Amino acid sequence: MESTCFQVCSIKMKITNQIIEKHGLKLEEFKNIKKLLKREPNLLELGIFSAMWNEHCSYKSSRVHLKKLHTKGKQVIQGPGENAGVIDIGDNDAIVFKIESHNHPSYIEPFQGAATGVGGILRDVFTMGARPIALLNSIHFGSPEHSKTKSLLNGVVSGIGGYGNCIGIPTVAGETKFNETYNENILVNAMAVGHVKKDKIFYSKAKGLNKSVVYVGSKTGRDGIHGASMASAEFDESSAGKKPTVQVGDPFTEKLLMEACLELMKDNSIISIQDMGAAGLTSSSVEMASKGELGIELELDKVPCREENMTPYEMMLSESQERMLIILEDKKEQKAKKIFDKWDLDFVVIGRTTNTNNLTLKFNNKIVGEIPIEALASKAPVYDRQWIKKVNKKKEINLKDLKKIKIEEALIKILSSPNHSNKSWVTNQYDQSVMCDTVQKSGSDAAIIRIHNKDKAIAVTVDSSANYCKSHPITGGKQVVCENWRNLITVGAKPLAITNCLNFGNPENKEVMGEFVECLQGIKEACEFLGFPVVSGNVSFYNGTNNKNIYPTPVIGGVGLIKKLSYPLNHSFKKENNILLLIGKTFGHLEQSCFLKENYSINEGMPPEINLLNEKNNGETLIKLIEKNLILSSHDISNGGLITALSEMSISSNYGAKIQKPKKLTNLFKYFFGEDQARYIIEIDTDNLPKVEKILKDNNIYYENIGYTQKKYFEIEGELRISNKDLFKINNEWYNSY
Amino acid sequence: MKSSVIVFPGSNCDRDIAIALEKMQFKNQMVWHKETKLPKTDLIVVPGGFSYGDYLRSGAIAGKSFIIDEVIKAANLGCLVLGICNGFQILTETGLLKGTLLKNKNLKFINKDVNLKVMNNYTRFTNKYKKEKILKINIAHNEGNFFTDANHIEELKKENLIAFKYCDEKGNINEDSNPNGSLDNIAGIFNTNKNILGMMPHPERMVDELISNKDGVNLFSSLFN
Repeated sequence: MESTCFQVCSIKMKITNQIIEKHGLKLEEFKNIKKLLKREPNLLELGIFSAMWNEHCSYKSSRVHLKKLHTKGKQVIQGPGENAGVIDIGDNDAIVFKIESHNHPSYIEPFQGAATGVGGILRDVFTMGARPIALLNSIHFGSPEHSKTKSLLNGVVSGIGGYGNCIGIPTVAGETKFNETYNENILVNAMAVGHVKKDKIFYSKAKGLNKSVVYVGSKTGRDGIHGASMASAEFDESSAGKKPTVQVGDPFTEKLLMEACLELMKDNSIISIQDMGAAGLTSSSVEMASKGELGIELELDKVPCREENMTPYEMMLSESQERMLIILEDKKEQKAKKIFDKWDLDFVVIGRTTNTNNLTLKFNNKIVGEIPIEALASKAPVYDRQWIKKVNKKKEINLKDLKKIKIEEALIKILSSPNHSNKSWVTNQYDQSVMCDTVQKSGSDAAIIRIHNKDKAIAVTVDSSANYCKSHPITGGKQVVCENWRNLITVGAKPLAITNCLNFGNPENKEVMGEFVECLQGIKEACEFLGFPVVSGNVSFYNGTNNKNIYPTPVIGGVGLIKKLSYPLNHSFKKENNILLLIGKTFGHLEQSCFLKENYSINEGMPPEINLLNEKNNGETLIKLIEKNLILSSHDISNGGLITALSEMSISSNYGAKIQKPKKLTNLFKYFFGEDQARYIIEIDTDNLPKVEKILKDNNIYYENIGYTQKKYFEIEGELRISNKDLFKINNEWYNSY
Repeated sequence: MKSSVIVFPGSNCDRDIAIALEKMQFKNQMVWHKETKLPKTDLIVVPGGFSYGDYLRSGAIAGKSFIIDEVIKAANLGCLVLGICNGFQILTETGLLKGTLLKNKNLKFINKDVNLKVMNNYTRFTNKYKKEKILKINIAHNEGNFFTDANHIEELKKENLIAFKYCDEKGNINEDSNPNGSLDNIAGIFNTNKNILGMMPHPERMVDELISNKDGVNLFSSLFN
């Protein structure tokens, strides 16, 4: 690896243009560094600037746009800017959650990359004082035929499972998708959700002078040096050589660290706490000092090291996992140390807070680096990059011009496709039940996790719609928020807030930047209208290889509240002869649909339109019905349209359905496969029909009575009749034969 | 009855089993692995998880820990011992139970609800179950593939020391109903005195209808008989 030359060279070496470039800094940025320091930086300082000024840590290309997101609401306790977002769920309970990407490391080393992605996001949550209660993920691979996909899929899934299973936090929901856009750059986004008492939340802002800065957790090794810079560059042929920049995870140590931190958090010893994630010791110390408007002085000789002769440069830039930085109250050291001793973890005071407003680094009693904190944080570059609007037109697709197929054929094609196949091959590798509060596992629209010892629960889910976002970023951005909101509603939860992981290509490319700006615009509009704020998130740019950028893929992780948990609501049919209502209007939008993609490889046109007014009204009315216990099962209609949703409801139960053809004469393919939004299917008891219809009418909801449930067969009058057993088989074949 | 749950670094089903025991009216206490003495107890539970990260070999390091000597002593004096999942692996490492748990046949972690058949209901642990009752219990492990030598398997059969076998919904015990490749579909075994039970499935996850079902309840209530 080339960067080893920095590790052995003296920090006094002359900074050449080549060294600057290798640190991922532009020459213009280097000039700026000299201006801020009023001198040339030494190599250690340059390394620190490169770690703090890269895209991953500084959000330099996204910051101006992220500010526009909707982040407020009376449920919000902490919005973006902390280790994770925090929302209020009543009774002094709060939920802490965040999603983060680990795309680049996972492509280079899938097992460790995915595992440390999970480890990192868990630390973000327990750093705030919360006990993690659920893990989710959104993973995207290239085409199944691509030579790397199979091993990447295996590695990522076992990495996610390996970490979560070992630490003992259930992995309860997620999505696994395939699209050739990710052939050379997979996406691995991990989300963690924790529970905390509202009055026991911990923050990263340092307070007070001369307070002890304590290093806890694993020892520092040479792994992951410059990981954050690696994650801020596009891939090329040499990327495989970046393996040593991928961190190695140890879920066992993280479990000890988590228990030790939560034990210490029981009283008030901690002033502030920050996990050492991307850019390790550098970013954690700078962030704490910056938020507290203080200086921080570290004696690097004291840093517990795993390897011999580590240099200050290596210590400051290592991304060794399972480490935390804590600022302690006076006289609490002994007590705190005792807890970490119990868990056999390192606990060393390595520095103190100062009034210099500098990051001061000492080694062998000499100052080896000194940088004003603001130069690393608030004065980091911000770019308002050029972007262009996406222009896309409707593309009228005439079904008559296409090869004739039967409805049954088209449905089978969708249900047996990699993106729609049953994912138990994946989810069975995750412990979904540990902690004994998982009320509803993956496979439903959203997972349900009971709040420990309470009769309330939260619903959690992640969603993305890269195809929609690619074809029309504003609509795509709106759609993914709306779909997430619907998925929470169908399990009976009131949607509260979201976290977003914004996976995009190279922001220096105007089109990519345009996709980013417009997706964000869509997300903002939907969040604002639905009262569904963003409380945390992460941006991952430079997803692409050799100038080929991935489809814009914002991933939304949502949390909703079920105030009183009686029985979990899901999408499995419950009984025969129940009425099925289709909520929301069907127009038959087939552009960008699964139907055209899976059957004709057509991937053109616009995504379905989003009508936020209908979304809100339909969703809120559904909640009213659920609260009155009038709904037996419900499912949102998304990819694959009405027929796919109905099939899924059949497959997951012992019952099927008998569906009538639409009364108004529409094209059957448009009706059954169209992906119009704001739609749901609900199963209701025949006796309750008048009550349900009244509520729907009172709220001006468009609905259709489409049929009823029956035993064992899924049927569309005069068009198709398939047994549940066969549907199940069709839906379960792909993974097992891949 | 009094129960003690041993907590190793890396145990992660310790809270779950403690809650199940308390729900079943046990007076439970947690015992940290660095302790050198056990409290007075009627039942010792070695819980699931990844003790010491499962480094070296699942259960190997825990099998040599401070507290485990006390567990062995108590077990040899007839104290009831229940090892679940990683706890079962630890008990085989100590020699309290014979046999071993190999990597699952498909080489992957498996988490799902499986069917089990109660093979012997004349024991302290299983007397509340009907004979050949079919249970649905959750498994979650990497190494649950039970293996032992021919003499031991002979002894297990002859002495009726097999507690549970994996089966299908109808009770058929065959390869299709074997989730992890275990010899003879064995999911749990007793020692010769039947005061020690080791099992891979998690009965503590099956005591709450809202979360799963109540198929694990009788295992705990049997102990009061």
